[in-house]
Amino acid sequence: MALSLATASFCIERDPARCIACQVCVRQCANDVHFYDADDDVVRSRDLTCVGCHRCVTLCPTQALSVRQNPLEFRPHANWAPAILRNIYKQAETGGMLLTGMGDDQPQRIYWDHMVLNASQVTNPSIDPVREPMELKTYLGSKPERLEITEDGEGATLRTEITPQLELDIPIMFSAMSYGSISFNACESLARAATEAGTYYNTGEGGLHPALYQYGPNTIAQVASGRFGVHLDYLNAAAALEIKIGQGAKPGIGGHLPGEKVTLDISRTRMIPQGTDALSPAPHHDIYSIEDLRQLIYAIKEATHYQKPVSVKVAAVHNIAPIASGIVRAGADIVAIDGLRGGTGAAPTMVRNNVGIPIELAIAAVDARLRAEGVRHRASLVAAGSMRCSADVVKAIALGADAVYIATSALVAMGCHLCQHCYTGKCNWGIATQDPYLTKRLNPNIGARRLGNLLRAWALEIKEMMGGMGINSIESLRGNRDHLRGIGLNAVELDALGIKAAGM
Amino acid sequence: MSKRIVIHEEHCIGCRLCEVHCLVQHSSSKDIVKAYGGERSHLMPRLTVEEDGPVSFALQCRQCEEPSCVEACVSGAMHRDPLTGTVVCDEDVCVGCWMCIMVCPAGAIQQNLLGTRIASKCDLCYGAELPACVANCPNEALTFEVVDEKGAAS
Repeated sequence: MALSLATASFCIERDPARCIACQVCVRQCANDVHFYDADDDVVRSRDLTCVGCHRCVTLCPTQALSVRQNPLEFRPHANWAPAILRNIYKQAETGGMLLTGMGDDQPQRIYWDHMVLNASQVTNPSIDPVREPMELKTYLGSKPERLEITEDGEGATLRTEITPQLELDIPIMFSAMSYGSISFNACESLARAATEAGTYYNTGEGGLHPALYQYGPNTIAQVASGRFGVHLDYLNAAAALEIKIGQGAKPGIGGHLPGEKVTLDISRTRMIPQGTDALSPAPHHDIYSIEDLRQLIYAIKEATHYQKPVSVKVAAVHNIAPIASGIVRAGADIVAIDGLRGGTGAAPTMVRNNVGIPIELAIAAVDARLRAEGVRHRASLVAAGSMRCSADVVKAIALGADAVYIATSALVAMGCHLCQHCYTGKCNWGIATQDPYLTKRLNPNIGARRLGNLLRAWALEIKEMMGGMGINSIESLRGNRDHLRGIGLNAVELDALGIKAAGM
Repeated sequence: MSKRIVIHEEHCIGCRLCEVHCLVQHSSSKDIVKAYGGERSHLMPRLTVEEDGPVSFALQCRQCEEPSCVEACVSGAMHRDPLTGTVVCDEDVCVGCWMCIMVCPAGAIQQNLLGTRIASKCDLCYGAELPACVANCPNEALTFEVVDEKGAAS
């Protein structure tokens, strides 16, 4: 066999004065990095397969372990960076596409970090959220053109029929992650946390496991190009349905769940044979136009007796504004847009890092376009694609989103360390895996608790920031770009975001 | 009602941190590096992680209502502690006849042959608010709860 040119990404540092050879690291590493040498009664490590997930570091009872980036250096070259060389070595060896997991890791501009929020000083009062009511309640769905109210002697009656709405106690939902791409315990954690927090989680294209039907009132069920697990009970169990056209991490291509992950339980949930690859086609084979999309939206609405809002999820790409306009006109109640930095369980690296546009620009463009066309009220706008903290959420809503989807943040709350190796199925944190040894590592009681804590913490922070701006209802923040200023952005970027420069 | 250790097999990840911390808790230094260093020669964990494929769980004394080990003990070492109600082995009295091991329905007692022959069993970290295995289980596969007669957590 020819020599591999692969070198280790990380180096394991083991402090021999602390290591007690308890072998917890050996048992916890699915990548076989650590091993016990019985002859010498010591634990040793092979660096080459370490993905930097920190499972061993976190569980080591004596803090004997650390993981560092391999200090091995190439001769500096501004054009041929080490990561590029390593990619070529890998492809020259395998002849395959480069695969990766999670969202874009390249240093494209993160516009959240170039926007700052406003606060009230002297001329208008700020509000203390601890002492005064602060409303985060959000309704997602189509809003009527106008309200007809009749008044008689006994009071006012609403005459306008309101189409179905999703009621959110906090404008943050868990984005689509399928049972298959993540473990059952991860799905259960999300479902329980969403239920407890009064928000929603999304099934992705993985169908709905029978044990999760009880969380149906807080479930958004996805209908994607592979139609996996879609049947009448599935549609009826959920609170809303979402047609997935695209995903921010891999716009234009479909999902691929390798056969090894299609266990008996997943095969039943997805309604496909056990052990077969679950390939979602790149396009929906029945959608080649806005008119076709309208047919599917209304087919779903008919099937569910117009009782549930229908969302359409697209990746943020060029011309996203007219695309979103078309989706609204096709009858969608919610438009979900997933930006460049959105995550995935598996995507070709080149696609993940190079296709799509940042969500900040997409929200600004879509909100402005829908307002200009006078159709903004006909659908709610949900932003996805890397909301890392509550400030990102506040900025997204100020740019024009009604609510946001989080997924990477949710996974991190459950233990994910962004090692980006979800596609290997060897997630040491029990999240992106179906290996029964590994899935046990995520106790859904702990997962749901940690997710609930994250939502609670973000809600507190959002209220604090809103109070500072003198706003006591999230509705007053929506599309309120006056509360945003750009820092270090050029005139074109400020214009695209529809915000003023800081100091203006 | 006294508290018992409840095993949640579905959450046990087989890391054996319970064994590590049990050993440390029963060392004289209570220091993990020292316990596994100089003191290691005569220490062993008082619980065992049982494994068969992906199924694993940490097994320790079930604290029977009518403990067979106490009945079978020839030396009177195995007894119910009058203060805490916990079934414990007085290691100074134990003669290492292993009758308790023969009769234990859970297989939760082990031979400790590292020093003098003694029966090694869980003592619920005598008097501790939370046994070390429960406190240090990273996945809450062990909990310390008040249980009913059938062993179910209330």
